[in-house]
Amino acid sequence: MSLYQQLGGEAAVNAAVDIFYRKVLQDDRINRFFSGVDMEKQAAKQKAFLTMAFGGPNNYTGADMRRGHAHLVAQGLNDSHFDAVVEDLGATLKELGVADALIAQVAAVAETTRSDVLGK
Amino acid sequence: MTIIRFQGRDFAYEAPRTVLESLSEQGMEIPSGCRAGVCQSCLMRCLEGEIPVGSQEGLKPALVVQGYFLACRARPSSDLTVALADAEGLRQKASVLAVESLNQEIVALRLKPERPLDYRAGQYVRLYRQGDLSRCYSLASVPALDDWLELHIRRIPEGRVSAWVHDQLQVGMQVEIGDSLGQCFYTPGQEEQTLLLLGTGSGLAPLYGIVRDALDQGHRGPIWLYHGSFTAEGLYHQATLQHLAVRFPHFHYVPCVDRASPEALALNARVGSVLEAAVGDHQGFAHYRVFLCGHPEMVKDARLKIFLGGASMAEIHADPFLPSGT
Repeated sequence: MSLYQQLGGEAAVNAAVDIFYRKVLQDDRINRFFSGVDMEKQAAKQKAFLTMAFGGPNNYTGADMRRGHAHLVAQGLNDSHFDAVVEDLGATLKELGVADALIAQVAAVAETTRSDVLGK
Repeated sequence: MTIIRFQGRDFAYEAPRTVLESLSEQGMEIPSGCRAGVCQSCLMRCLEGEIPVGSQEGLKPALVVQGYFLACRARPSSDLTVALADAEGLRQKASVLAVESLNQEIVALRLKPERPLDYRAGQYVRLYRQGDLSRCYSLASVPALDDWLELHIRRIPEGRVSAWVHDQLQVGMQVEIGDSLGQCFYTPGQEEQTLLLLGTGSGLAPLYGIVRDALDQGHRGPIWLYHGSFTAEGLYHQATLQHLAVRFPHFHYVPCVDRASPEALALNARVGSVLEAAVGDHQGFAHYRVFLCGHPEMVKDARLKIFLGGASMAEIHADPFLPSGT
């Protein structure tokens, strides 16, 4: 069974997206990157990100990731911010009762985007 | 062969492609992003035909009932007529039934369209003065309750459409309106849910429609309407809303003003913003269904506070009520 199926598929993403986005908005290490954005559009992006991190269907490419985050890199987005997001993601899954082994797998998937997100 | 009709042309469709792939391959520009049914960039509307199974997953109920679907997930088995989600529909003539003053700066414009307008309380329409000179206004009327369309129009200084409505429109005159637009409306289901509506100024219009629509459709959960204005003179429809609150004990009307006055006191109005009042009255907003309309700053602040207060993003509805300058 795939990671996405083990986590519960789209229903799991839907359960996680509000919790995750709330954590990010309340996380003083990173919430400045989200001020002034359209929250509804941002929620849709969070959902796409979670789907990808959960090993679900997506067609995002490294180039998309670079393009989508370039303006944030220009504002100083770095490894510490990426770590904070991964941490918030882990805390979200913990809150939903997901097993540590699966959380580690999700973190590993998220990790594969690090260099593209940070434009390295 | 299956046909997709789009922008007046017929496009051949072959399985197992999606509507998005078919139209894009044949040279049409359809906005898209993840192509996996998640980002909703490729949202389209089905005008005719059967909506393909699975292409509405994850969409808000408000979008589902209006026939919206995701082109990247749609594999039709029969002919479809589709449009881009932001395509504005047909224009039609409407005659002026009344121009009624609601307060010093807002009038209610009542219109009778030539053809019945298919709309839901809380949506908005474009009102044309002439040519393309037009503005969008929310509908305060309810299809099941009102024989007319009602718009609440605030006079904007130098406003080319609002001043025309206030100063020149008279009963019997003809105007033009566009199709109904927007996602800010009540959908039946979850009748026990708490509804929270926050509006400022003429942003009351869609909320006034949504409240009456929800009550008419038998919503049983508590309904809280907060209407804010700088002073008590800026409030309107107070008597109607207070009567409604007497008739339906689960409906609560809370007028709010920035500046206290004897008039505000007489109305039992709160002093402060609608958001402050709502935050004070409720223990968080988990499982609430929320509607916001009015000043863009209020909508932005309320969306953030109410989301952080526990409401799901998918349950917070607001139509951009963008000032168009003049």
